Amino acid sequence: MSEVELKGVRKVYPNGAEAIRGVDMQIADGELVVFVGPSGCGKSTLLRMVAGLETITEGEISIGGRVINDVSPSDRDVAMVFQNYALYPHMTVRGNMSYGLKNRKIPKDEIKRIVEETARMLRIDDYLDRQPNELSGGQRQRVAMGRAIVRNPKVFLFDEPLSNLDAKLRVQMRIEIKRLQRRMNVTSIYVTHDQTEAMTLADRLAVINEGRVEQMGAPMELYSNPRTLFVASFIGAPQMNLIPVRFDGTDLGDGVSRFAGFSDLPMDTDLVLGVRPDILSITTDGQLEFRVDLVEQHGGENLIYGTIVGSDQGAAHGLEICLKASQQMLPKVDDILQLGFDPAKAFVFRKDTGERLI
Amino acid sequence: MNKHTVITHFILIIGALFMTLPVWVAFMTSTHAPETIMREGLQFWPGGHFLETYNEVLFEPGGVMKKVTALGMMKNSLILGIGFSVGKVIISMFAAYAIVYFRFRMANFLFWIIFMTLLLPLEVRIIPSYKVVADLGLLDTHTGLIVPLIASATGTFFFRQFFRSVPDEILEAARLDGASAWRFFIDILVPLSKTMIAAILIIMFVVGWNQYLWPLIMTTKEENYTLVIGIKQIYQVLNEGGELPQFQKAFALTILATLPPVLVVLVFQKWFVKGLVESEK
Repeated sequence: MSEVELKGVRKVYPNGAEAIRGVDMQIADGELVVFVGPSGCGKSTLLRMVAGLETITEGEISIGGRVINDVSPSDRDVAMVFQNYALYPHMTVRGNMSYGLKNRKIPKDEIKRIVEETARMLRIDDYLDRQPNELSGGQRQRVAMGRAIVRNPKVFLFDEPLSNLDAKLRVQMRIEIKRLQRRMNVTSIYVTHDQTEAMTLADRLAVINEGRVEQMGAPMELYSNPRTLFVASFIGAPQMNLIPVRFDGTDLGDGVSRFAGFSDLPMDTDLVLGVRPDILSITTDGQLEFRVDLVEQHGGENLIYGTIVGSDQGAAHGLEICLKASQQMLPKVDDILQLGFDPAKAFVFRKDTGERLI
Repeated sequence: MNKHTVITHFILIIGALFMTLPVWVAFMTSTHAPETIMREGLQFWPGGHFLETYNEVLFEPGGVMKKVTALGMMKNSLILGIGFSVGKVIISMFAAYAIVYFRFRMANFLFWIIFMTLLLPLEVRIIPSYKVVADLGLLDTHTGLIVPLIASATGTFFFRQFFRSVPDEILEAARLDGASAWRFFIDILVPLSKTMIAAILIIMFVVGWNQYLWPLIMTTKEENYTLVIGIKQIYQVLNEGGELPQFQKAFALTILATLPPVLVVLVFQKWFVKGLVESEK
């Protein structure tokens, strides 16, 4: 069993900067958890603390029930895949994959067997005697994964492993990682800033912001039931539309438009109305007037960008809104459209704390 | 060909002649009989005594005490050059490894102290160094000749810069792979530094080969002389002895002394340039 548990984990750097501000988390055996967040949020630091590459200032991390705070990285039984692959440039693929095993004093013929088996599984068995600089990015990525797999670790750690690949390869490798992880059923932690990658890979997702876990749960749960403004705006592409509003007792209003159908909201504070692009629809009696500014054709659907009419009064830019429409919907620039949405599918957050109210 | 290239070529040719002509003259003069040189001065064209002179210089003991041949001196120079360069590479790699990869107090300060010794040539500390070596009883030994010279600020600096350019992830991957500090050094850093090592070895070999002052005060017995010292001694004999000055021998020695460094540079040229240019990652 190799569940991972984090208890009150904190990381404070010698210069006083607090990178991780108390994280509690349980990762079940065989689960793939994705840490996602903007750059500098501490997700990589947290991963590196599990790996043993960063010290733990406070709290406890355990793998399979064993506290590993003071265990050296190589004895933690974890394997890591790095963003830039970190292959040993002077060793062949075989050398790269066997190095960790050699250091563990595993017999030579055993190493050969494991390496060749893994190479076959990753379809790099033809390149075993090449050096990393003779391989393409995707192949290098596979070698890096192979190096992790041969060690048969309790936990896989992925630190943005796909960000150096081109878009097509990224999708391909993403699927492959998911399949591989299912097949091997090894507990995995995967760090990324790409929310598509996070949504598609994760069994559970931990959205991290400023050293704290904002929310953790299944990807769809986070998408349809975000607990904070941050999670709501981070999860989902294109991003959720956020409209600053106030509640006047009956309606939500932003000074230009009014949105009916809300109740029980505080009247004394700034609120944010969150509407996903896909619940906005073009109607004749919509609550929003919208001036088209750009249409992106994605093939199956069109994304229409623009601003709320009137929202640019007194502000440098109008409030930007994005809406997802069918591929037939092709408005011209500067067309004015009426938009409507189902209030039951919208979210309302407090602006100051980010807490979700509806 | 336009005017521009004509001028640049002219300058290049003049420069090349300026650099190579002295070597040519030395070589040509060394193939003449001493009487010819005495009578006519430096020679620009080959004479008929090539084999005779070089045979004599290489295999017949010369010097004041008639105890040492050029071959013997060459051996001493080789030992000095190789010991000097290999020692420097080893010491400076270790020093740079410690400075870059180990966190200890004042590491940076210590590095700058090492770096500052670049400003102090050997000559500044030659008397204290001599005293130390003499007290250790190492005068007139190869150890005494080499050891006081092998600490190298230049080498440490180059290796430090190189090690810092190795991505941190490689170190982290190696740590996760269970490599100890020593294994990481031997298995990863040394092979990665191959070209760098070659470049420093070459430079240091030439520097070591050309050492003059230190071997001069360190060695008292003729059989411990290096080639560079030998040349000086022959000129001295020329001036002090009553015989006909043996200029051809002095020139032959000079030519012989330049051969090994030239060979080393020619043979390792490719590595040398690669090591200085490339920062392999």
